[in-house]
Amino acid sequence: MNNLMSYVWIMAIVTYLIRVLPLTLVRKPIKNVTIRSFLYYVPYVTLACMTFPAIIEATQIPAAGIVALVTGIVLAWKKASLFQVSMACCLMVFIVELILV
Amino acid sequence: MTEFKRGMKDGIPIGMGYFAVAFTLGIMAKNVGLSPIQGFVTSALINASAGEYACFMMMASHGTFWQMVMMTLVSNARYFLMSFSLSQKLDEKLSTWQRMIIGFDVTDELFGLAINQEGKVPPLFLYGAYCVAIPCWASGTALGIIAGNTLPLRLVSCLSVALYGMFLAVIVPASKKDKVVCALVLTSFLLSYCTRNLPFSSGTRTLILTIVISLIAAIVFPRREMDE
Repeated sequence: MNNLMSYVWIMAIVTYLIRVLPLTLVRKPIKNVTIRSFLYYVPYVTLACMTFPAIIEATQIPAAGIVALVTGIVLAWKKASLFQVSMACCLMVFIVELILV
Repeated sequence: MTEFKRGMKDGIPIGMGYFAVAFTLGIMAKNVGLSPIQGFVTSALINASAGEYACFMMMASHGTFWQMVMMTLVSNARYFLMSFSLSQKLDEKLSTWQRMIIGFDVTDELFGLAINQEGKVPPLFLYGAYCVAIPCWASGTALGIIAGNTLPLRLVSCLSVALYGMFLAVIVPASKKDKVVCALVLTSFLLSYCTRNLPFSSGTRTLILTIVISLIAAIVFPRREMDE
């Protein structure tokens, strides 16, 4: 394919179908316990897999990522909001890198 | 309108993280020859970090039509599972049109935000979050192409953990409430760490681990007391 944008269109269309088909075709609550349990667990497992070890690879030094991880876990455990947890993680990375980098 | 505003507010940390990630994607897009406008359009249409990364790699290697389709399926397959889960969080009576709009931006982060809501998710809440997230993602890519390497590394590094902080705000409270979820999160951390050097993209690795871990958990620990 010669035109770069044709790659973009293919990915955009296929990705949209991947996202929209389950949303539009599966409307009724699912009765099967195994499928329901599977769907209940999927998001937590996915997010956990994407968080670690990625968080320690995203920063300039792993130590900053580890401090952000621990800070995030503690604050989320103490029921801080989404925004507060996120900002605290950013701030910790900034401080740790300011000292160590 | 309050749901819309609440969505915008919760979309801010996501938008900031998106901006940082999109900026680095923009640098890659520049290397394969995309203009800032093309980069903006790419990100506004696709909304997927691993997917776009794969897309730029295909451009660079002059992949064929079918290679491109397969690559899309592999790198973005996890959205299929997410949309499946998200569908259960929407009002059964919600129109197909609204579902088609919601489907436009089912991403890891926005999905995380949606499932974190108590009960059914109001569509306006999602639209509010989309209104912040999509412009950040698209403009981040365009700016990455324009500005290249001029944004201070310190700032990129600091912004890049905003996303993970958001993920933690979703998985930690759920782990506190449910011992099985807690065990699954720890298992996921461990397995994800152990498999980090295998020759898969992080998208593929996440997909495989998610299916395997969740399936085993669903069989061993079925949830009988589901409310909703």
